[in-house]
Amino acid sequence: MTLEAGTTLPTQTFVVRRADLVRYAGASGDLNPIHWSDRVAMAVGLPGVIAHGMYTLALAARAVATWTDDAEVLELGAKFTAPVVVPDDDTGVSVEVAGEVASVEDGRATLRLTVTSEGQKVLGMPKAVVRA
Amino acid sequence: MPVDASLVGRTYPPTRPYPVSEAKVRELAATTGADWDGGPVPPTFPILLAFEAMNAFLEAEGVELARIVHGDQKFRYERPLRVGDVLTAALTVASVRSIGGNDVIGTTSEVRDADGALVCATSATLVHRGGAA
Repeated sequence: MTLEAGTTLPTQTFVVRRADLVRYAGASGDLNPIHWSDRVAMAVGLPGVIAHGMYTLALAARAVATWTDDAEVLELGAKFTAPVVVPDDDTGVSVEVAGEVASVEDGRATLRLTVTSEGQKVLGMPKAVVRA
Repeated sequence: MPVDASLVGRTYPPTRPYPVSEAKVRELAATTGADWDGGPVPPTFPILLAFEAMNAFLEAEGVELARIVHGDQKFRYERPLRVGDVLTAALTVASVRSIGGNDVIGTTSEVRDADGALVCATSATLVHRGGAA
């Protein structure tokens, strides 16, 4: 895909189930129990088990890789503004990654992302800069 | 309060050298449903290093991991990671603020290769949820 400023990128949807969080916990080494134990999550005041913010950012990065045909990523980041609550059921919850090319200059394309779950933004100012 | 402003500016010892393996890259890529086949290492990979540095910091300061919520994470890459890289991360406390009963800890971590060259600079905000701890 040619990256041109103003281009809207096709939204990508990921389904996140409790098993995905367990897998991410094991792979990443982030064994914080708020990402797999409702008991612990609720004890610290969360509505239930929440996805690792880094897992949501990893999904956004995968969307960027798909859009850009694995372009070299120069910068990536986001604020974890709202928790993605992942129920202990077979359905899970959807995370949608939308994006647009904000600018292309000096060989750098800045992608402005919008990452939502259940209609709510879950990442604040998610952004990726790739080599264009 | 286990975390206070006196920690600002402190840099913790680097993590032990971590060799980037094909198996780990494939495993981490698979968490997002990707079938990694030798292409670029996913840009979130350095979180493994940053997370180990963060854990060592929390342990050194006696902070319970379950009380930490990740506020943000940003990466800036000097070059792509490669399988075979041997990496370390060193964490510096950049800021500590108290907001609404929570400690908000700004950290930066530098991920360097075996030659000491910077591969990735990453920053994270850690929110230490107050309460009965």
